[in-house]
Amino acid sequence: MDISHSHNSGSPHQHILHRLHALQQQFRHISPHAMQRTAAEFNISLSQVAAVVAFYSFFSTQPRGRFDILFSNCTSCGYLSGDQDLMQMLCQLLQVTPGKTRADGLISISETSCIGMCDQGASLLINGLPVTALNAEKLTQIAQRITTESPLTDWPTEWFAVHDRIYRRDLLLMEQHAPGSALQTALAQGADQTLAVIQQSGLRGRGGAGFDTGKKWQLCRAAPGDAHYVVCNADEGEPGTFKDRLLLRDHTDAMVEGMTTCALVIGAKQGFVYLRGEYRYLLPHLHAVLDQRRNQGLLGQHILGYENFEFDIDIVVGAGAYICGEESALIESLEGKPGIPRIRPPFPVTHGYLGQPTIVNNVETFIAAAHIITHGSVWFYSIGTEQSRGTKILSISGDCEKPGIYEYPFGVCIRQVLDDCGAQNVQAVQIGGPAGKLLGAAEFNRAISFEDISTGGSFLVFDQQRNLLAIHRNFAHFFAHESCGFCTPCRVGTRLLKNNLDKIAEGRGTAHDIEELKQLSHLIQHQSHCGLGHTAAHHVLDGLQHFPHTFSAPLQPHFTAQFDLDQALESARQATHRNDAAAHLDNE
Amino acid sequence: MSDNPSTIRIDGQEIPFTAGQTIMDAALAAGIYIPHLCHYSGLPPSGNCRLCVVENGNRSVAACITPAVTGQEIRNNTPELNEARKAITQMLFVEGNHICPSCEKTGNCKLQAMAYHLGMLDDHFPQFYQRRELDASHPEILLDRSRCILCDLCVRASRDMDQKNVFAIAGRGTDAHLIVNTPSGKLADSTMAVTDLAANICPVGAILIKEIGYEVPIGQRIYDQQTIRETGLQEHVDRKNDD
Repeated sequence: MDISHSHNSGSPHQHILHRLHALQQQFRHISPHAMQRTAAEFNISLSQVAAVVAFYSFFSTQPRGRFDILFSNCTSCGYLSGDQDLMQMLCQLLQVTPGKTRADGLISISETSCIGMCDQGASLLINGLPVTALNAEKLTQIAQRITTESPLTDWPTEWFAVHDRIYRRDLLLMEQHAPGSALQTALAQGADQTLAVIQQSGLRGRGGAGFDTGKKWQLCRAAPGDAHYVVCNADEGEPGTFKDRLLLRDHTDAMVEGMTTCALVIGAKQGFVYLRGEYRYLLPHLHAVLDQRRNQGLLGQHILGYENFEFDIDIVVGAGAYICGEESALIESLEGKPGIPRIRPPFPVTHGYLGQPTIVNNVETFIAAAHIITHGSVWFYSIGTEQSRGTKILSISGDCEKPGIYEYPFGVCIRQVLDDCGAQNVQAVQIGGPAGKLLGAAEFNRAISFEDISTGGSFLVFDQQRNLLAIHRNFAHFFAHESCGFCTPCRVGTRLLKNNLDKIAEGRGTAHDIEELKQLSHLIQHQSHCGLGHTAAHHVLDGLQHFPHTFSAPLQPHFTAQFDLDQALESARQATHRNDAAAHLDNE
Repeated sequence: MSDNPSTIRIDGQEIPFTAGQTIMDAALAAGIYIPHLCHYSGLPPSGNCRLCVVENGNRSVAACITPAVTGQEIRNNTPELNEARKAITQMLFVEGNHICPSCEKTGNCKLQAMAYHLGMLDDHFPQFYQRRELDASHPEILLDRSRCILCDLCVRASRDMDQKNVFAIAGRGTDAHLIVNTPSGKLADSTMAVTDLAANICPVGAILIKEIGYEVPIGQRIYDQQTIRETGLQEHVDRKNDD
């Protein structure tokens, strides 16, 4: 049995996440025996392997189907995005229960967090590959192909197509990057001057938090260490974000060049691209670009002939964990551990990968850096607002005519964006994903910028037809699923928030629950360990402020039991194999 | 503000600290109690329970993992923070399956003592009633995950003090649970012994030593005599010879 083929051409050592992925692919699950072998091979404890397997959604200890389907449950690319429940439809066609592998082992169907196909219609992953633009007809054909066990390679290639639609290009997306051009400039002017240009450009991190990029590079450069590392955060997991999907495919050279320039500045020899598992289909392309750049002398030893400039990049592919977009969780994951955010300080710029000084920047940040080096700081600095220089690439989806990619100078008004994407009768927008901000029409005159509404790129549009409570429930379920479980307020609080919203939506809420939502939200926001917890309840607080009716409308004026008594008997009915009338409570 | 370069203020009281100390270290050394469950002096801090969250300016930080820095003005014993601590304690109660009246740990349990300390009179939140596995395989030690609060103390004690690495925490969100580092996943197949720190540091009734049940009568137990504030200020474990 050969499971040791490496995806990782840049390094002779396989990453544990890649080994576990290979095992999952081959055996449809990761057995206790496989975990023991993996622990021995990587010389780590069995409990570490078990903890990694348990942490990442794409690994399982119980066999998945030979066709393993994960429907996105995002509000834009999810299975409920039309007026049909597409997951239920496919489950019925194939006689399978969600979350349970069919007895013959052929098929399993579950759901997963946003897979970044929000502008492509309802989407799923089948054995890791995205299938987009789902509808009833396509699902019928998919069911037929699965029933006849037609290999995925025989399926129509159009089903797997991802059609990027760019509706507005500005500084970055208008650029055609010539491989090596930024590096030539950087090497000619030297590391000091290169850093100065980045600092003068006003570039801030594009992931949403907006830390000053030049300052980050400077701090990392100054930090003592045995080695320095450059990490590209390509783990865009915020529901509604898909701009990195485009950038990774069409602007790969600029991204790698930004990383290589950063390596020159901070003195790194090794870099990593941490790619979200949902984007694994981009891996062959990324490896091809890295190989090509090695052949062109733009990666590896003696880059562009410089004797002392050596840098190479490995790609590490995640396995379904939103929290790994948080930089210290990402580093934990790079080190082959569960993605639990670290104690900070110390910060990654001084103590990152393997405890060494590490830069973690967003895909878009590295691309901007490469272009800034080529064109100079003024080219970038002269666009945008006082505190937000340059442009921001938005991923727009939801209720609009033209979902897709839009690049705007910072400072653009939300109303402008809505007009451009053909959004009508807009009830609300969620900017920055579920962790971001929910705004109603009264605030559409606000601007996209670090001073006002900051975003990593997600821009979700909800029209008047949308049930906002369903949106809040979706977000609350998302955070409860993605909480890493480390700290009490987030682990327990996100689940309580979810239960509370479910209760209101099911018509069992009372006025007391509104007060509960507020207190719980504040607690999660203030007491949690990391950014996930700090932001997980934003949408509830925004909703309570701007759309209080969403929560109060379904409330019950009279006494209502907290739970459905009949439903509570379900496990007893299953245990006794009964479903007759006498096994049900009279639900009057 | 103080001119002394190595002091912080907690609730207005100026206390000294030495380089490398956290806010918690400095507070405990000065006899100031900051409520905590996952912290144990002498073990590396974790920061998971969040009871020790204090306010530093307009930021909320966990005292056990935040370095003391000259001039910090910390708010600790405030009604708002103690309300939040009570809510977190209630969260821990509803997440697990806690059976105080019949639990062998009653009276010695820190979760219970914390509830008393914070004036917790009910669970407030609906119970989760999660199914959690019990491991009675070890002849001398019982592991009941129903009562585990995921404080990570046994993990750190076993790894850093006992040098055995018997435990880890696996799973995300409320699926997080304690696992045993053996192929069977059973405690009996580990090298754990009753004399290990990991067998004795559990703040709740998740890890219990067998066959000593109710040796000390209820009424004469730790928190029948002292408050968690008093024990919390005294507790300390020394690292064995590292060399």
